[in-house]
Amino acid sequence: MSSLSKAFTSSIGRKYVMGLTGLFLITFLILHVSINALIFANDGGETFNIAANFMSHNIVVRILEIGLFAGIILHIIQAVMLTAQNNAARPEKYAYNKPQANSKWYSRSMGLLGTLILMFLVLHLYHFWWPTKVAVFSHEEHNTFHGIVAIFQELWVVVVYILGVISLGYHLLHGFQSSFQTMGWNHRKWTPVVRTIGIWFSIIVPIIFALMPISVYLGWIS
Amino acid sequence: MSTGNMNLTLQVWRQKNSKSAGKLVDYKLSEISPDMSFLEMFDVLNEQLITKGEEPVVFDHDCREGICGMCSMFINGQPHGPKDLVTTCQLHMRSFKDGDTIVVEPWRAKAFPVIKDLAVDRSAFDRIIASGGFVSVNTGNAQDANALPIPKLQADAAFEAAACIGCGACVATCKNASAMLFVSAKVSQLALLPQGQPERYRRVQSMVAQMDEEGFGNCTNTGACEAECPKGISLENIARMNRDYFTAKFASEEEV
Amino acid sequence: MSTLNSNIPAGELTQKWTKYKASMPLVNPSNKRSLEVIVVGSGLAGASAAATLAEMGYKVKCFCFQDSPRRAHSIAAQGGINAAKNYQNDGDSTYRLFYDTIKGGDYRAREANVHRLAEVSVNIIDQCVAQGVPLAREYGGLLDNRSFGGTQVQRTFYAAGQTGQQLLLGAYSALERQVGMGKVQMYTRHEMLDVVVIDGKARGIIARNLITGELERHFGHAVVLGTGGYGNVFYLSTNAMGSNVTAAWKVHKKGAFFANPCYTQIHPTCIPVSGDHQSKLTLMSESLRNDGRIWVPKKKDDNRKASDIPEDERDYYLERRYPAFGNLVPRDVASRAAKERCDAGYGVGSSKLAVYLDFKANTERYGRIEASKAGNHNPDKETCMRLGTAVIKEKYGNLFDMYAQITGENPYEMPMRIYPAVHYTMGGVWVDYDLMTTIPGLYCTGEANFSDHGANRLGASALMQGLADGYFVLPYTIGAYLSKELATKPIPTDHPAFVEAENNVKATIDKFLSINGTKSVDHFHKRLGHIMWEKCGMARNREGLTQAIKEIQDLRREFWADVKVPGSADEFNPELEKAHRVADFIELGELMCIDALNREESCGGHFREEHQTEEGEAKRDDENFAYVAAWEYKGVSEFELHKEELNYENIKVAQRNYK
Repeated sequence: MSSLSKAFTSSIGRKYVMGLTGLFLITFLILHVSINALIFANDGGETFNIAANFMSHNIVVRILEIGLFAGIILHIIQAVMLTAQNNAARPEKYAYNKPQANSKWYSRSMGLLGTLILMFLVLHLYHFWWPTKVAVFSHEEHNTFHGIVAIFQELWVVVVYILGVISLGYHLLHGFQSSFQTMGWNHRKWTPVVRTIGIWFSIIVPIIFALMPISVYLGWIS
Repeated sequence: MSTGNMNLTLQVWRQKNSKSAGKLVDYKLSEISPDMSFLEMFDVLNEQLITKGEEPVVFDHDCREGICGMCSMFINGQPHGPKDLVTTCQLHMRSFKDGDTIVVEPWRAKAFPVIKDLAVDRSAFDRIIASGGFVSVNTGNAQDANALPIPKLQADAAFEAAACIGCGACVATCKNASAMLFVSAKVSQLALLPQGQPERYRRVQSMVAQMDEEGFGNCTNTGACEAECPKGISLENIARMNRDYFTAKFASEEEV
Repeated sequence: MSTLNSNIPAGELTQKWTKYKASMPLVNPSNKRSLEVIVVGSGLAGASAAATLAEMGYKVKCFCFQDSPRRAHSIAAQGGINAAKNYQNDGDSTYRLFYDTIKGGDYRAREANVHRLAEVSVNIIDQCVAQGVPLAREYGGLLDNRSFGGTQVQRTFYAAGQTGQQLLLGAYSALERQVGMGKVQMYTRHEMLDVVVIDGKARGIIARNLITGELERHFGHAVVLGTGGYGNVFYLSTNAMGSNVTAAWKVHKKGAFFANPCYTQIHPTCIPVSGDHQSKLTLMSESLRNDGRIWVPKKKDDNRKASDIPEDERDYYLERRYPAFGNLVPRDVASRAAKERCDAGYGVGSSKLAVYLDFKANTERYGRIEASKAGNHNPDKETCMRLGTAVIKEKYGNLFDMYAQITGENPYEMPMRIYPAVHYTMGGVWVDYDLMTTIPGLYCTGEANFSDHGANRLGASALMQGLADGYFVLPYTIGAYLSKELATKPIPTDHPAFVEAENNVKATIDKFLSINGTKSVDHFHKRLGHIMWEKCGMARNREGLTQAIKEIQDLRREFWADVKVPGSADEFNPELEKAHRVADFIELGELMCIDALNREESCGGHFREEHQTEEGEAKRDDENFAYVAAWEYKGVSEFELHKEELNYENIKVAQRNYK
């Protein structure tokens, strides 16, 4: 195996892939949450729909979308492989372990949180991404805002979405600063800044996401 | 021989050899002094076992002053026990209470197979060092020691990384049994010093390759290793190694 | 009684080593590949020798009983390493280091060896720095130095309180580099249990694989021991639990002379014993005496807290007795002075076997300097103490933490309690100038040999000697011997001498396992330690030593009749390992007492109560005892004395004076 290909398959190499795809997905989240926030213009979805239509029709965005899916898939594949290796690295478990003494539960549960997010994502894509695609390919007009309002009338859907973004929040709480550490972007002065930003990002972004179903369900937005 | 007043229940991992299965066995101890070290408490247990005609518990230990890195017990779910920044030999019984039950297991990792009872084989660490954890300078090749001034900040950081005692607590506590803290400490020490520069990118690639080959897990940045390290080796070292590895793989023209 | 030839090259002292190197026989590179050297021990002396020999091209096998060469007890050395660099421009020189070492050793070391040691000391620092050993530096980026006992210059290089660790890891990395290149074969968890002598020359060893219990035969054209000191003969010492005399003792029984066994160093600053359960003692680096003042109360049996005893009721007895050197007198002097005060009833702590090491005065002084740097020229006491504590923490933090961990007391708030403890053994296997023992082809380096420290070792000299031997002396001198061995083909290990040696080891193991007595190995070890400490410790006398010899002989008989070694020979069995070691310690203990009894004088670490000045200082007898006592093993309890006269041609022998 050449040195370059080992750069992606060694233990650290796989981590780079995790970190870089993670960071890429974080930038996507910024875009996603910004567009979501447009519903709080509370203008019957007018502003929001403009943005939504742009996102579903613009050719550049559609190409980036392929990259996005590739990123998610890579992130998942690497996670599965790393987890398998990690499990194999300790065939016999401790009879008594006290991990809470030295690390946070969410940093040890990235696999679990990721799986929850993935399950949520399936539902989420079914709710919003699929109808948009159908509309685009059948050249029909699609009012995304109406879709939102319709879907978030069901309480269980709202609850699932809230649980989904809570999982995302904890995933980010570890993942944000962890991706910087993995890439080696570490500095005695700047790392504390990155960590602080990471914490606020992991709190604010999920809250904005959660506010959409909540607001719709409670009728604050119509 | 004991003079104290603590009564304890120990649950100790007993395993005949690397091939046989092991199990936790209960032992009662009385009159333990709070001034004893944890290993001296095991001395008391072993003395009792020998007198009774049973086999004493095998455990690794040597200097008993916290520097050789040989002692290695997983005590109540933590490597080197509940106290921060100490090795098992420097853990004293005053850290426990009368009546406590203490579970003692060996380090557990595929790369650290159990030899007997609480002793494990950590030769993987030696092989990692042999793969590149050095400066290639034969005896007699050196220039005057002061010919190469090194900024104090850098020298101190290198020293802090070099303080690693190679005990393996980082691997033992990591949920993935990863050896990144150990490997990065050596990579960092030499990457920070001018003497380490000529082999800097070669070294990090060889050492990581050997680490992977030994069957250690991957780092997921939980930070447990840093929290449990008896010498306080910092996670910064792992970041530095990640950075160097990236440069080595993508920018260096040397194939390793 | 015969006279020993130490093979010191002729010529002027300062030129001996240079001339030796220029004229010694060499081995050409292609021949080196077919010469095999066995190195036993992987501490500073062993690891540096193994690495250097392999770099030169020899085939090397290296053995250690620990799980990794990095664990060797050199790692625990705290304070530093001396070198005559004169970086501090305080008048240091090779000659001065040589002189201080001879004087510190109370004029019982060999001039030529010590001068060579001083010469190569500078190369050691260069080599270690080149390896990436992070020695302490100043802000300008240059190396820092501190002072140590017995000298008036700052020549000690250090890495916080972990100098030994850093130097050992340097040697270890050099060794592992050779292991990785396949030039050294490393045998960890192996213990040497005998040396194989064929036609009068050392040709290999018998080693036990400690995991499988298997006995292995290994051939070598030459064998090097770097197996450390025998301080654990006292049971309680600052040595590691596994430190032992077995390899050195086995070669002694095969014909290598054992020199000056009674010279043991009792280190003045250790944490006092806290109870019967204690398994080892912990050193507080001598460097602490730079900033700590040693005192006891002026009143006998004073039970007040240290902080309640006013300044004028404290006796700073070292400063009182030795105004020139004060708290920085050599170790033997400081230890005896502590013992004298405690024996006289002035000891502190619950056991009354301790003195105070107090940092308050210097903490305040440092604080004043720091405050002044910050522009505060009239700081109050509290500010001084706060700023000064930070300075002390930076200098000695790890030692203070260790003290707090072991004693449960906070040394930043109250003075440390310290008491002397066994730390180092100056005696060891006798070697000539080439570091060769009386068995041709068998070499001995580092603390395991007797050569460079005389009757007392100065602080920061052990690391220097270990590395000097391993990096810069042995690799040259062994070539002189090996150059004559080119014709010797590797001897197959089914040679009768190998078979016999292995059978003897096996018989001993079988004997241990068959006794099935009632007492553990540790039980006997503790009793031996008690006899040694009471009667062959800091102060010795004829009556006590005579008793001790008898008691040790009785103990030996009881050991061989009543020891209980559980388990079997073909498994990982630490009790069996200990049995070997303690059996050898018992025999060595007897020889130490015999040697101490023979030496009717006081010198360095050897203090005979019959031989002291009116002020209680050691009184040497240069007329009758200016010799190395090298003992030949003649059978159980039988040792024959051989003398190597010590001639001082360059130094005027004088009574040591630190006043």
